[in-house]
Amino acid sequence: MLEHIELFFKSIFIDNMVFAVFLGMCSYLAVSKKVATAVGLGAAVIFVLAVTVPLNWLLDQYLLQEGALSWLGPEYADYNLSFLSFILFIATIATMVQLVEIVVERFSPALYNSLGIFLPLIAVNCAILGGSLFMQAREIPSLGLAFNYGVSSGIGWFLAILAIAAIREKIRYSNVPAPLRGLGITFIITGLMGIGFQSFGGMLTGGDDSAAPVEETTVELKIKEEKKEEKEEIDEQSVTYNEVNLVQE
Amino acid sequence: MALLSKKDANLILDPLADNNPITIQVLGICSALAITAELKASVVMALSVIFVLGVGNVVISLIRNIIPSKIRIIVQLIVVATLVIVVDQVLKAFAYELSKTLAVFVGLIITNCIIMGRFEAFALGNGPWKSFLDGIGNALGYGVILIIVGFFRELLGSGTLFGIKVLGDPIAKTGVYAFGYENNGFMIIPPAALIVVGIIIWVQRSRNRALIEEN
Repeated sequence: MLEHIELFFKSIFIDNMVFAVFLGMCSYLAVSKKVATAVGLGAAVIFVLAVTVPLNWLLDQYLLQEGALSWLGPEYADYNLSFLSFILFIATIATMVQLVEIVVERFSPALYNSLGIFLPLIAVNCAILGGSLFMQAREIPSLGLAFNYGVSSGIGWFLAILAIAAIREKIRYSNVPAPLRGLGITFIITGLMGIGFQSFGGMLTGGDDSAAPVEETTVELKIKEEKKEEKEEIDEQSVTYNEVNLVQE
Repeated sequence: MALLSKKDANLILDPLADNNPITIQVLGICSALAITAELKASVVMALSVIFVLGVGNVVISLIRNIIPSKIRIIVQLIVVATLVIVVDQVLKAFAYELSKTLAVFVGLIITNCIIMGRFEAFALGNGPWKSFLDGIGNALGYGVILIIVGFFRELLGSGTLFGIKVLGDPIAKTGVYAFGYENNGFMIIPPAALIVVGIIIWVQRSRNRALIEEN
């Protein structure tokens, strides 16, 4: 139970899809002019992530991973099909989006009307494929956790687009320098929000020194080279994206 | 440019500045920003996208008349995914360390909106040679922004370029560090990439007023 809660908050705040790894930025920037449409797209993203991440987890577990085929018989145990994961994941996502669209249209026309136009857009939203790829990279151990990861990272994305849409509605009445209007100021605000979200990094590990001693040392080394002073503020929670960004041996 | 007619040359040159995919068309930001903390990763990412978009555009353009329009999205996704697998395997074979840095972001080239955007907007309606030029041009426009962002973030954040200490040694206090200069750790964290792109947009739009948006 505890790991579920931890993953939930971690995916929403610390590894936020938009602010920590920049996933789904295209639709985040394009559809955030009004709060109402932003809510529609955000809800659709939560929905599709909640469906595709567990599905791709099953694919990864029973088809793609090294040794995943051993349920077919011992002679298949050596196969490693993980190089196929991109194509299978994206095929699952594209198919699921189509299916979801058909099902929702049939059973809930009201929901379809509010999500309708966004569903096809979502097949090529990086947040969706990113959710599956991060699920694979982080080796999420169980189906329940994969579902949790899908839902919570969707909620994180939802929060981000809701916040920026609300800010953009307000900023329309502000006197922004002309060349920055529209896109430029949105980028900079997102950057500032991202810096704000970084402060959540300390949320889960406050005082828990024994949590990840190995990771801690590697981060300390990297950080030492790059930003000596800020060392104390960074904890192992930042590893996930620090590794992506600032591995510098 | 003697090889290319003026129209063809514009296909390549337009996306570099006035129709830049990132700063003007707002495409392909997703996989771009997270890997720009280092110049090397930015260059590799740019090259990968040039390859995928150049080849992908040609393939889509060649089969554009036989794709049923209802399933074209899936066909396009399969073409991109195949090319990206090739890139990923090549990186893993020849630049393993770098492929670790780029991690899932190579896979995310598949959903890079530039690629689908160019397939939809150009390759489905034009011949292979034009599509090839358009693909290369847009990927270059994307790469230019990536490299500019990577250059500033690595230089200001770590004082290095391609991993070489161009500003002197921060620990031994040589070069500019001898005068009390410090690396700006802020440039390394992910949100800095957004702010750098915001500033690029600002500079570009101040130089070319026609690009300014209505609020």
